[in-house]
Amino acid sequence: MKSLKQIFELYDEILSLPHKQEVARELRDEDDLFLLLLYSDMLGIPNPAFYYTLELYPYIIERFHDWHLRMGMDKSPLEGIRCC
Amino acid sequence: MNGIVLAIVGGIMFFLGYRIYSKYLAEKIFRLDPNYVTPANRYNDGIDFVPTNKWVLWGHHFTSVAGAAPILGPAIAVYWGWLPALLWVILGTIFAAGVHDFGTIVLSVRNKGQSVGTLANKLIGQRAKILFLFIILLLVLMVNAVFAWVIANLFISNPSSVLSVFIQIPLAILIGYRVYKRKGGMLLPSLFALVAMYAAAVLASYVPALQIDLVRYFGGEGATSLFGMSATSAAFMVWIIILMIYVYIASTLPVWKLLQPRDYINSHQLVVGLSILYLGLFFTLPQVTAPVTNTNADTPWFPLLFITIACGAISGFHGLVSSGTTSKQLANEVDARQVGYLGAVGEGALALISIIAVVTFFPSLGEFSAVYSGFEAANESGLGNFVAGAAQLATGIGIPESVASTIVSVIVVSFAATTLDSSVRLMRYIISELGEEYKIRPMTKMHVATSIAVVSSTVLTLLPEGSRGFGSGGYLLWPLFGTSNQLLAGISLLLIAIWLKRQGRNYWPALVPMAFLMFMTLWAMAQQVIFDWSGFGETDTNMLLFIFGGIILIFAIWIILTAISVLSKNNQDGIPNE
Repeated sequence: MKSLKQIFELYDEILSLPHKQEVARELRDEDDLFLLLLYSDMLGIPNPAFYYTLELYPYIIERFHDWHLRMGMDKSPLEGIRCC
Repeated sequence: MNGIVLAIVGGIMFFLGYRIYSKYLAEKIFRLDPNYVTPANRYNDGIDFVPTNKWVLWGHHFTSVAGAAPILGPAIAVYWGWLPALLWVILGTIFAAGVHDFGTIVLSVRNKGQSVGTLANKLIGQRAKILFLFIILLLVLMVNAVFAWVIANLFISNPSSVLSVFIQIPLAILIGYRVYKRKGGMLLPSLFALVAMYAAAVLASYVPALQIDLVRYFGGEGATSLFGMSATSAAFMVWIIILMIYVYIASTLPVWKLLQPRDYINSHQLVVGLSILYLGLFFTLPQVTAPVTNTNADTPWFPLLFITIACGAISGFHGLVSSGTTSKQLANEVDARQVGYLGAVGEGALALISIIAVVTFFPSLGEFSAVYSGFEAANESGLGNFVAGAAQLATGIGIPESVASTIVSVIVVSFAATTLDSSVRLMRYIISELGEEYKIRPMTKMHVATSIAVVSSTVLTLLPEGSRGFGSGGYLLWPLFGTSNQLLAGISLLLIAIWLKRQGRNYWPALVPMAFLMFMTLWAMAQQVIFDWSGFGETDTNMLLFIFGGIILIFAIWIILTAISVLSKNNQDGIPNE
């Protein structure tokens, strides 16, 4: 019974591999847009909620390097954050 | 002889190929290293680069490459007798497809997970990349035309399958939406969808009102209908237009909305189809009635056999999957052997059962010969014979023949539709990429690129005239599909050979199948372009096929010249093997 369950799990995993990937990609695109909004003030776009989004700084800083690479910028675009 | 003997012989050969030859390739040629850090581990981003369990990856790879093509090619090629088709499928899978699929994964893994197109640019040069794009463009154009023709043909010959295929679309959208909203997994809903589709197939097999038969609506076979066309031609045209509108929408929607949930349901169908056929074979134990070789063939098997069966023996399309997605998900380099080589073996097994279904279908040799009376007749009736043969095998497990033929049609149409969707999408991307390359801005726009893809595919499906007039010309494209596919496989094998040579290793296992493929493709194309389509001699001119065939011929010659020049140089550029 346990092995039957394992077979079903394996089968499901095989078939859902591309779907999981696509949903993850969609979510990452949303996240990227959100990060752009968060960094907008530092990039020169006025953001009235800047003082509040600043609180998220410790969380977003970890993802900053991957984000700017994905956005096509090889080096950090911000003076204040020197990740690479 | 019993049909099961063919399955056993094929099974043993595939097993030996995997155990012995793929081991030799893994250890002596590709020298797989269990400690090598694969791109999936090095660039793990949780999306494109994800280390994946080898069985999961094998399953995914196999379902991506298996489709209607390995079924259709063998069903036509048995015209020359069962032995040539069987030998090409078995030996092609072991010595060509296995090396190709396995090799493209390794090549890509050793080059940061880059695709064969990018690697062509690196190993051969910029011109090779553009050439590569054009060949893929040609291939997807052929795929679109051939598979649209296949679907329209099956809808006309098996109208009971239409309802199930159309029911699948809203069900797939619902499932896609449900998963996107994270309301649960896909397994159970997709199984329900499958049951609903097959229930519709069973119902439609018995209730004529549920059979969407356009030929009947247009007044029945032989009647004159729209624009003075026969009812069959009118039905064909309407189906092609409906299909093209559908693929336009399907290929511009985000993939999670329709394409992926549909693929998911169709993957069940692959399992169902293979199980029904192999189990049916085991229970019915049918006799082979087709001849060993056809001594009265009106078209010689050499070299046409090698392009008639492309997928199932070797297919360039696999290289796109191997280097496009699979190589980015390989957790350990040694898994490449199982994923790539065994993936090719899976495709070979599909082609093998297609051969068996057709060669055991006819009650006697006389009836086989009457249907397969000439190569053109084989092209026209091959698919129908597979559906009928597969339905006969399915009766072995107690499925009534009319229901079985509807379900087999649904399975084949689903495979063809999946391929059609993805290839229109792929064509759209390539047109955009060419637009960027040549700075033609409108071509980079989604709707412009999709319109170009859909309109050109429609024209190519509708224009060639077959012996039975409008709509029967689709099968004329089959050899063109085969050649462009083999050409692509040839380039990938060439890249593997160049890479191996630059590593100072034995490159013959890649070079020999490459030379073989190129030789056959050149010969077959030259023969068809010069003698069949150019109007030279007694045949009529077929401008459309002449132009397409001519382009493929020129590309093939170009690649061979490039290959000779690159292989003869001791160039060490672009050597990466990190």
